[in-house]
Amino acid sequence: MSDTENTLQVRVWRGGEDGKFQAFAVPRREHQTVLDVVTYIQRELDPTLAYRFACRVGMCGSCGMTVNGRPRWTCRTHVDTATGGSDVLELEPLRSLPVIRDLATDMTPFFEKWQKAQGRATGTRSRADDTHRVDPASPRRQAADAAIECINCGVCYAACDVVASDPDYLGPAALNRAWTLVNDDREGDRKGVLAAATAGGGCHSCHSHGSCTEHCPVELNPSAGVAGLKRLSLLAMVGGKV
Amino acid sequence: MPLPAILFLAQRASALVLAPLVLIHLGLAIYAIHGGLTAAEILSRTQGSLGWSLFYGLFVAAAAVHAPIGLRNVLREWLGWKGVGVNVVLAAFGVLLLLLGFRAVSALTGV
Repeated sequence: MSDTENTLQVRVWRGGEDGKFQAFAVPRREHQTVLDVVTYIQRELDPTLAYRFACRVGMCGSCGMTVNGRPRWTCRTHVDTATGGSDVLELEPLRSLPVIRDLATDMTPFFEKWQKAQGRATGTRSRADDTHRVDPASPRRQAADAAIECINCGVCYAACDVVASDPDYLGPAALNRAWTLVNDDREGDRKGVLAAATAGGGCHSCHSHGSCTEHCPVELNPSAGVAGLKRLSLLAMVGGKV
Repeated sequence: MPLPAILFLAQRASALVLAPLVLIHLGLAIYAIHGGLTAAEILSRTQGSLGWSLFYGLFVAAAAVHAPIGLRNVLREWLGWKGVGVNVVLAAFGVLLLLLGFRAVSALTGV
């Protein structure tokens, strides 16, 4: 193979919101991930490149970026998958979040909305109490389990067109978290969570496009969780038990 | 419950009512035109009819609920018009639809 065939043409976003692409040539390697490419650029070509990663094994949710127009976790995305076999890779920061610099976004709005959806556990017991027994086979626990493994990477948030057009929308990740809580027997304020998730900018703003589910790297289904919240809110309105 | 949840329910419930009414209305319009009925002939069949009054009265009421909620979403999401203002204007739009609609039903059926 010639040198050209062994080289990846990488266009990387540099600067803030008004930045521009910079081109790099990176050696092609077998089983190379997108994060490997970014790390190579920073270590070998330009140490000023800003990006974020931590675990490199798909657990921490730090390395989300827009890769060839699609939000992805870069540590678990092979270059082959992202490029579809071509030699051109285009890297940008995640959409719908303020850009700090280059490929690093400010995740503050994402986590603020997480809190606004009351995406945090409210306990009911102290260490003096017995353990809360939860039946793993109960339908509610199974619904919570199906949605619980979110790694907070922000990929669904960046993929969501409603988030992009409506700054008030809490987004799929925060609502997915709310969905796990309203299905959690240990949660002490399920009504409060449902109220937060159904207030302005909550689950009823969702257009059910399903981009969150399509792009979620850990294959969760936030779209189903949001639909579940809508269903529960209707039940609550007609006097049903939440 | 919060307003978004109420509007979400109202829009879907009104859609449920509207769906069969719209189909019947369209079928009726096609039937009337194909049958070559004149306006006078149509009016002679609808005047004084309690049935058509109820049919189109329900149609108008459901449309007056359904349309402003959808329009509110469009204005909020596309133009970013939020707050109380958009709610007031669209509530007024709903009332206008209701008044104009009932006026038309009254002219059609005379009831």
